Amino acid sequence: MSRIAAETVEQVRSLGDRYKYGFVTDIESEQAPKGLNEDIVRFISAAKDEPGWLLAWRLEAFRHWRTMTEPNWAKLGIPMIDYQDAYYYSAPKQKEALKSLDEVDPELLATYDKLGIPLREQEMLAGVAVDAVFDSVSVATTFKAKLEEHGVIFCPISEAVQKYPDLVRKYLGSVVPYTDNFFATLNSAVFTDGSFVFIPKGVRCPMELSTYFRINAANTGQFERTLIIAEDSSYVSYLEGCTAPMRDEHQLHAAVVELVALDDAEIKYSTVQNWYPGDENGVGGIFNFVTKRGACIGARSKISWTQVETGSAITWKYPSCMLHGADSVGEFYSIAITNNYQQADTGTKMVHMGPRSRSRVISKGISAGRASNAYRGLVKMLPGAGKARNYTQCDSLLIGSKCGAHTFPYIESQNRSARVEHEATTSKIDDDQLFYCRQRGIGEEEAVALIVNGFCREVLQQLPMEFAVEAQKLVGISLEGSVG
Amino acid sequence: MLEIRDLHASVEGQAILNGVDLSVGAGEVHAVMGPNGSGKSTLSYVLSGREGYAVDRGEVLYDGRDLLELEPEERAVAGLFLAFQYPVEIPGVGTMTFLRTALNAVRRSRGGDELDAMQFLRVVREKARALGIGDDMLKRALNVGFSGGEKKRNEMLQLAVLEPRLAILDETDSGLDIDALKIVAEGVNALRSPDRAMLIITHYQRLLDHIVPDRVHVLAKGRILRSGGSELAHELEAKGYAEILSEAA
Ligand SMILES: Nc1ncnc2c1ncn2[C@@H]1O[C@H](COP(=O)(O)OP(=O)(O)OP(=O)(O)O)[C@@H](O)[C@H]1O
Ligand SMILES: [Mg+2]
Repeated sequence: MSRIAAETVEQVRSLGDRYKYGFVTDIESEQAPKGLNEDIVRFISAAKDEPGWLLAWRLEAFRHWRTMTEPNWAKLGIPMIDYQDAYYYSAPKQKEALKSLDEVDPELLATYDKLGIPLREQEMLAGVAVDAVFDSVSVATTFKAKLEEHGVIFCPISEAVQKYPDLVRKYLGSVVPYTDNFFATLNSAVFTDGSFVFIPKGVRCPMELSTYFRINAANTGQFERTLIIAEDSSYVSYLEGCTAPMRDEHQLHAAVVELVALDDAEIKYSTVQNWYPGDENGVGGIFNFVTKRGACIGARSKISWTQVETGSAITWKYPSCMLHGADSVGEFYSIAITNNYQQADTGTKMVHMGPRSRSRVISKGISAGRASNAYRGLVKMLPGAGKARNYTQCDSLLIGSKCGAHTFPYIESQNRSARVEHEATTSKIDDDQLFYCRQRGIGEEEAVALIVNGFCREVLQQLPMEFAVEAQKLVGISLEGSVG
Repeated sequence: MLEIRDLHASVEGQAILNGVDLSVGAGEVHAVMGPNGSGKSTLSYVLSGREGYAVDRGEVLYDGRDLLELEPEERAVAGLFLAFQYPVEIPGVGTMTFLRTALNAVRRSRGGDELDAMQFLRVVREKARALGIGDDMLKRALNVGFSGGEKKRNEMLQLAVLEPRLAILDETDSGLDIDALKIVAEGVNALRSPDRAMLIITHYQRLLDHIVPDRVHVLAKGRILRSGGSELAHELEAKGYAEILSEAA
């Protein structure tokens, strides 16, 4: 972890353009017509050759969605979204199953090259299995054989629907019901693809699982659906990272991630989110309204969320843990960086139901430019949560004088033996620290990156190594132009 | 190497330096002494370009260039180094990381190659050992929880690693134990070279026993009130500043 700032600046310099990943790949898309109605839901389901129960579930969700209104309680100024003025399904044209990467559309592979994540290299060097989600349909899955040896299932959820319908049917919507919230309900109706992971009893997944998401076709909402199930005494670490191409129209991203941990199981879920944030004037950028929730069903189970949120015009995201099991553990480590006109409202919910369940929340919010950044956290101790404990620490760092940071901790306790601790700090980037760095020859932007990386260290340390390096670079890149 | 001419500077509208004249040649070591609050640190901040320190009059030439128009980091990569009177803590940033970032920034700006991790480690370990700095200290966050003496030693380490051409040491000897004082003095002496100059701000003669300066200056009331050879330090030690101050009044 010693190379951060120098590399950051190297990276920043090499970018030239403000946003490196702003390009659109020209692959013919197969699209459903614009708009949203029952026929579109049926179209999606039919395109994926889904069983009747899933179509019925989608339709129930859609009907429910029509009765709902968008939430407006978050501290966000969200422009009206016209849900009828968007495409809900697009797929890269070639659709036959692929045996190897050689069969993948070369243009697609080139896209990944530009993103700096060549699949081949990933495969050879990193030992990471990559389930590449491109424009809602998974096109390449690697390392399947090795995972299969251990009985691990890691595949597109559309494939899991075909191959493991019982598992999907049992757990889909079990953590985030289709009635949950406006965006999750919408996702339930129109989700196109995503990842499915199943770790059988006693298995420690032999590699980090990774998925790269990418929004591509113009004006297409992206509705990923991820489901991870860890059976008794199993372990898995899942990495999710994303970049998106530059464009002017706002794009909606409403993913749902559900995690299920049974007795003594552990799931570590890490995200680096770097979607297009809009330009310096606040034009364009992704709307990121994601529902992520994990259920620690089993005793002594553990779910740990780590997120580095640097992209998107608007982020609305609260990865949460439902701590059912006795002695279960929930963790949330977060870095949220907003610059220019970005807005983030993020945090977590820790719902303690099991006795002696524990949770730990470390949130680092950084705002620069005219951005706003809010931490919103709920810690709930239900009657069964005897001797449960929570520790929350929220630190906000402000760069410049036009940005804002807010902390909204909600605490509800229905058990007198439960203990909740909350600490919060807000500080400005320290002039003495900046001057000290500059006196040593470190330029202002690199100095800010260095100091901010230090501020975030506790969270960065939670990331798997290959993500940590990338995340440190991102911290610098996303604060570009925030000083001087 | 350094030419300060009639330098007037103020902080928050309050005049602190009132016409400082000082010239330091390559290869020379000058000591600056003076009562508390006389403007010694202010001078070091003005020279290194700290924000909030306004230059109202005068000029400073560094190798014939106008030093005052450069940004702090430009001055640093041009070879100016300030060992801070109060080194700053940077939580979460490892001492090694910081050193490496600084060294690479300096090397880059001089058109040189960055050191790889192994080369860097070798350089730092060797210099750290000479200053009695252990690996555990290098692993900790920069200055966070360091004792006063450890912070000063860390400043010396940075000085040794960055190899500046003009080093300003602001009370680097304060807060050091007797052994550490010797180590720091040895460090300074080891860095003495024909193309390097040093400005050593100190309150104590005992440092100057180890580092024999070419010139000693008394800065008081925002000006250099007296200059002399190394014997001036002994005189001050014996008599204090009263005489000089009353002469100036
Ligand atoms: N930010 C500031 N605002 C107002 N006055 C200041 C500020 N910084 C310094 N001063 C004043 O400027 C004067 C010179 O301070 P300086 O730190 O340069 O003294 P010094 O000679 O280094 O003293 P010492 O020997 O105690 O380190 C002092 O009177 C101090 O109070
Ligand atoms: Mg001082």
